[in-house]
Order: sequence, then structure tokens, then C-alpha cells
Amino acid sequence: MLERSYEKYFRQNRLPHLWCPGCGNGTAMKSIVQAIETKNLDQDKTIIVSGIGCSSRASGYMNFDTLHTAHGRAIPFATGIKLANPELNVVVITGDGDCTAIGGNHFIHGARRNVDLTVIMFNNHIYGMTGGQASPMTPLHKKATTAPYGTVDRPFDACHLAEAAGATYVARSTAFHVKHLSDMIAAGFDNKGFSFIEAVVQCPTAFGRKNKMGDAPDMMKWMRDTAVMKAAWDKLPEDKREGKFPIGLFYQADFLEYTTAYQEVIDVAGGAK
Amino acid sequence: MAQIRLSGSGGQGVITAAIILAEAAVREGKEAVQSQSYGPEARGGASKAEVIISDQPIYHPKVLVPELVLALTQAAADKYSKDLAVGGTLVIDTDLVPNPPNFPNIISIPITKLAVDKIGKSLFANIVALGALVKITELVDFETIKKAVAQRVPPATIDRNMQALQVGYDAVTK
Amino acid sequence: MSEARLIQGNEACAQGALAAGVRFFGGYPITPSTEIAETMAQKLPGLGGKFIQMEDEIASMGVVLGAVLAGQKALTATSGPGFSLKQELIGFAACAEIPIVIVNVQRVGPSTGQPTSPAQGDVMQARWGTHGDHPMIALSPWTVREAYDATILAVNYSERFRTPVILLMDEIVGHLREKVVLPELKDIEIYPRRVPKITRAEGYEPYRPDEDMVPNVADFGQGYHIHVTGLIHDETGFPSGSPKVTEDAIRRMHEKIMHVQDEITHFEEFFMEDAQYAVVAYGGTARTAYEAVRTAREHGLKVGMVRLMTIWPFADKIIKKTAKQVKAILVPELNYGQLVGEVERAAGGSARVKLLAKYNTEIFTPQELVEAIENLCAGVDE
Repeated sequence: MLERSYEKYFRQNRLPHLWCPGCGNGTAMKSIVQAIETKNLDQDKTIIVSGIGCSSRASGYMNFDTLHTAHGRAIPFATGIKLANPELNVVVITGDGDCTAIGGNHFIHGARRNVDLTVIMFNNHIYGMTGGQASPMTPLHKKATTAPYGTVDRPFDACHLAEAAGATYVARSTAFHVKHLSDMIAAGFDNKGFSFIEAVVQCPTAFGRKNKMGDAPDMMKWMRDTAVMKAAWDKLPEDKREGKFPIGLFYQADFLEYTTAYQEVIDVAGGAK
Repeated sequence: MAQIRLSGSGGQGVITAAIILAEAAVREGKEAVQSQSYGPEARGGASKAEVIISDQPIYHPKVLVPELVLALTQAAADKYSKDLAVGGTLVIDTDLVPNPPNFPNIISIPITKLAVDKIGKSLFANIVALGALVKITELVDFETIKKAVAQRVPPATIDRNMQALQVGYDAVTK
Repeated sequence: MSEARLIQGNEACAQGALAAGVRFFGGYPITPSTEIAETMAQKLPGLGGKFIQMEDEIASMGVVLGAVLAGQKALTATSGPGFSLKQELIGFAACAEIPIVIVNVQRVGPSTGQPTSPAQGDVMQARWGTHGDHPMIALSPWTVREAYDATILAVNYSERFRTPVILLMDEIVGHLREKVVLPELKDIEIYPRRVPKITRAEGYEPYRPDEDMVPNVADFGQGYHIHVTGLIHDETGFPSGSPKVTEDAIRRMHEKIMHVQDEITHFEEFFMEDAQYAVVAYGGTARTAYEAVRTAREHGLKVGMVRLMTIWPFADKIIKKTAKQVKAILVPELNYGQLVGEVERAAGGSARVKLLAKYNTEIFTPQELVEAIENLCAGVDE
């Protein structure tokens, strides 16, 4: 059997996972551990923090210290962990509903503070665990159980939101672009500050079925055909962008990281250990 | 047991003055409690601070029948002097309380004017008042109140605060 | 003993937390608890600790729980409206067994209510504010010195039982400044963070209870690779849908505290030796009650007082005993009537229980309570 070096990062006794056949969450989760392996993060010093929802079940499968918080609250918990012990690498796994609806305030303030967290948002465009309700990232006119005639709520662009709120690393990829996704996450680990990576994932059970997008392979093809690399996207005329979305590194900036900034406060107050 | 009420509007420093008075009492080994009630305004509005000083432990923390009320505004004088003890004293700012309530024992001192004229800022009115209160009540020694003020105010302002205390102290003729 | 100083109740609470080893504070400004956050912001960095002002009350709870899991002792403080918002993660702390102290300096509610005025209206919210079955410890100090001591005790209990503990202050004590002599730090007992007794290789499970029914959950970053969740979980820490696991988990959550109920229900008795009537009071109201009981004694009334410091779990034993001794019990509260129901329950019909409720922003006067005691003794409303 082929030796799979990333297996030590999973709790084998917790698998198989509870995600539906064809779900993209497993791919995104594996991309995270591959990035952890690539960057050689210390397994004992890396903490996985998640919220509530399909995405957030990932923490239970990952062989680190893991924290499955309450709905929307992963970023505040993660902030506490990082600030209390800045030596730890803190990774947040969240979903589009968890991160941008109930956790929206925490999301923008985490970005504002530029705490050294790597936040990976699995965007399946819907509330999967509760059976397919509309999220703030359900595209306009797409259907959900709570939007049976199509949603009229304008969706967030979480990457724009993260950038505007002060994140110092912002990227997007998809569960189809596995290597690219892992690279985007790994580069997020390199950024000392608030890093946000949106991982677009397919949800054939809820989002796909409601919107007649076919099965998992069809949805993978949809991601392949509609995701456009940033460089190409920038050259794409406005009228050709309809129905497509950009992926890649969108934004990167240098700004004083929060725990580093707070260490300066400690130094001024004379409390340096 | 002595029950003192200091009142005015937010920003006049009556709460700070009350704290300093209670701190001075504690310095002299007495029991003291200080409490306050205030509205939502940081400046303006009605502000009330109370101090109880005793040789015995103090349980009920609020003033029941004040023996002395300091009022730095007309509104405070009207609102907070009604329950003064018979034989108690009402101390008012001469200029800011133009219509003194009907009370037999009123000591009128141009507190804020003294602060402006002698120290240069109305900001010192609360300390001028404190100097006057110490002279009137003799609750704590003048030297103790000086120490308590010096400990509480910004170091750069200690000299002027000492002057303010003295101005208030001297404004009371006994 | 240090020298006598004039200290505010809220500041004493912050100082107590620091003395108990708290090195992390997360909070959100709210009257009348803000001085606790301000004191912590001032003092913590000088001790190498961390202060963070969060975007809201919920985040304040999240950040302190994260800090605790990463190894720090932490505190958060709030008042009514913020206490309502914090309930979600107070439940998380109960379920995931995370030690944390939440200070609630009570003000008049409901809703925004009367922000600068005292009340004791959160007694039942402290017990039942978060959803589902959960145990709760709540302590209510009556003096500034006790605000200091009770905060230390709250931190110690949170660590010992790995549970949220509520310091149920009120505006009376929170904003009161009084003469206090604080103990020397070396004389303060501190309950240390519980640590695993065995290694992963030896089969460590983070939620396996120790002999005192409390688990030794490892801090993050120690190599134990634990999983912490607000889902009902078994001893491994992983969620389980099993009825037996669920029942066992919820039972142990309660019993780890309730098996020492009498040890942790702190109270004081005054003038009770020959008392035929009693006043049961707590928090700032107990100060006025004490004065009234003393006055009533001077008037020749055989009245005593039980002052409850531990509000939850309820001090059943002393109330039962008191009810057997006296004819009637007066319960003055700055609310519409909350703890009185517990007193009635514990009294079990042995004594008449009379509520004196006040909820108009003003605290009781000694005279009001003396009159109520006189009426109680005269059986006016029997």
C-alpha cells in the first residue's frame, strides 16, 4: 500500500468522516494538512479551531489539539489561544454561514486586529448541516430551502470583506484546484498576520441538488470551468466575467501583527518575562 | 458617624473630592465608605457623591440624613439639600447657586470664582471646596487632606492643588 | 496584612483575580462593570499578562475560553445586557469543562433598563441563563474586601471543578469604595491548573474523571492532541450520540459540584443563637439588612440574619436549619422576587417566608427593613 505521509495528521479512529459522498470538504481538509506538512508546522504546537457546520466537523478528524467551538465563534476562541500563547500556530476552519453570517462580526474584527491566524473558509454556498438553507454567500437567485424562489439577498464576497477589514493575506481556491488550494493555504501560514483563504467546495447534496448543478463530478467541472486564475481574470473584459470567479492570491500586505504589537505593550509596562 | 454629600454636575469633580475625603479618613485610621450616583452624562447632568466616616464598621453604604451638603450648582442645591439634618450645613457656590434653598445654615463661598481667580482654572473648584469642607467639618486634619490630594492628583499639579486646598480652607471664617 | 486603603469593589475584584493568578482578560465596556476591565488593562501587561477588548460580549467569552485552553487563567466582566449575550458560551464552558470566571455587576433590567442603578435581578439568570441542564456556581460578595476574596475563591473553584463560576456582584458593592486591608499574596491559597496524570502512550483521555469526578484536561500545545467540543462527548472528548454517554456526561457535570454542595455554600450567621425570626439576605442588600437587624435587636426583637455568599448552588442546609428554628423568614431583594423562591423551597413549610421586593433603582433603607422585620415579628400579614 502506498505510504501516505499525511496520514499521521488524521485521527484514523475518527474516520470515516460524516460528510456526504462527493462533498468537497474532505479535499479542503486534506489540502490543509498538506500545507501543514509542506511548511513542517510542529504537530504538537498547531491548534485547529472550528465553528459549527459541515466544514467545522473537520477539527474532529485532525490529529492536533483541536477545538470545535460554538456557531460563528471560532475566531474569538482562536484569538484567545494565539494571544495567550503566541508560540502556537492557530488554524481556523469555518464555513460560509459560520464565518460571514453568525460569525461575521468576529471575522472582520479578527482581520482588523491582524491576529496571526490562518482562517480557511470552506464555501459551499449553503447551510449543509441543517439541510440546505441560504447563507450570506448563496449567489443571487440561487435556490435554498429558505429561498425556494431563489435568494434575493446580495451575497458577500468574503475575500473583499477580509481585505477591507484588514487581513494581510487573502486568497481563494477551490476543491478542484487541489494543489493550488494547498499552496494558497501554505503561503497563508508564511504570513505573520491574519490570513484568509476561501476554499470553494462542492455540495452536491444541498446546493447542487437544489440548483440542478448535477452530481459531484459535474460540480467539480463547474469549478474547473468557472474559476479563473487571478492573472487571467485581471485581463478578462467585464462582459466575459459573467458567471465566472477569480482564484489565486488577491491581497498581501505588511502590517504589525497583534501578538507582536501586544508584546510591545508588555515591554512598555515592564512585564517582559 | 459623619454623613457628607457632595453634589454638582458631571465634570465638576465632586466624585473625586468625595474619594479624596474618604481616603483622608482612612489615612487617619477611620472607617469610611464612598458611593455615588450619576446619570449617563460624562459632563453636565446631576452628580452626587457621598461619604460616610465613622469609628465603627459601616454597613448600610448610603447617606441617610446628611449633616453637610455641598452644592456646586443650583440644580444640585435644589435636588440634594432637601433631606439635610436639622442643624446641618449647606455649603453652596455663591455664583452657581444664585437662589439658595430656604435653609437656616448656609455657608456661601464663591468656590469656582476662587478657583479661577486664585489658581487660574475652574478645574480646581472641587479641591477648593474640599479645603473649605475640611475647615467646616474638622473631620480630618488639614495635613491629612493635603497628603490625600497629593496622592490622587497628577504630580505636575500638586502645587496648584495645595494652593487650591489652602484657598478653600482660608475662605471659611470660623 | 497590607495597609488599609480605600478601594472600589470593582477594583478589588480585579486585584483579587490578579492575586488568584489570572493573567488574561477579555471584555467589552459596560456600565457598571467597566472599572474591572480598566484595572485589568492597566495592570495585566506589567505582569506579563494580556488584555484584549473584544468586538462584543460573545467574542469576549470566546477569547477568554481560548486563552484558558491555551493555559492561562482568565476573567471576563460584564453587566446585565452583556451577561445575556455571554450565556451562549457560558454553556459551552459548562459542557466542555473549561474553567472561567464571569463577573456580572448587576444593574436594573430587563434590557438596557437603568444602567447606573443597582439591582439583584440576575439571580435566576445566573443559574439558568444558558440553555440545557448544567450546574452553576455563583458567589455574591457584600463588602469590597469580600469582592477580592470571592474573586479568588471563584477562580479557585473554576479551576478545581473545571466549570464556569459567576461572581454575582451588584452595583452597590461594585461601585462602593471602602476601607480595605488586603491579605499578603503569600497567604492566598491558589488552586493550580489541573494537569494530566498519565501520558498519551499510557492511554490518557482528556475527559476521564479523576477521583473527585473532575477531568484533568490538558492545556493546548502539550502534545496530547485533545479534542474539545460543545457537543456532548465521552471520556475521549469526542462527540457521542449514545443515550448512556449523554446521561453519564450530564450527571457527572452536576455531581462533580453537588457532591461538595455543603463545602462550597458559604454563609454567615448573625444574632441567630436565640432568634425566632430571620432575615436571609445577600450582596449589597445584606449590608442594609445587617444594620436593620441590629436595630431591631435593640428594639427587643429576637431576629437574626443569614447572609448568603454562595448563591448557587443554593445553601439548602442552612436555610432548612434556620427554617426549623424560626417562625418566619424575611427575604429582602432588589428584584421582583427571585431567591425567595429557593428560600421557600428549602424551608419546606417549616417557617413562613416573606418577600420584601424593591425594584425602583433605589436600595433599601435600614428603616424600611426595620419596619418589615417588625411586621414579620408581629405576624401582620399572616
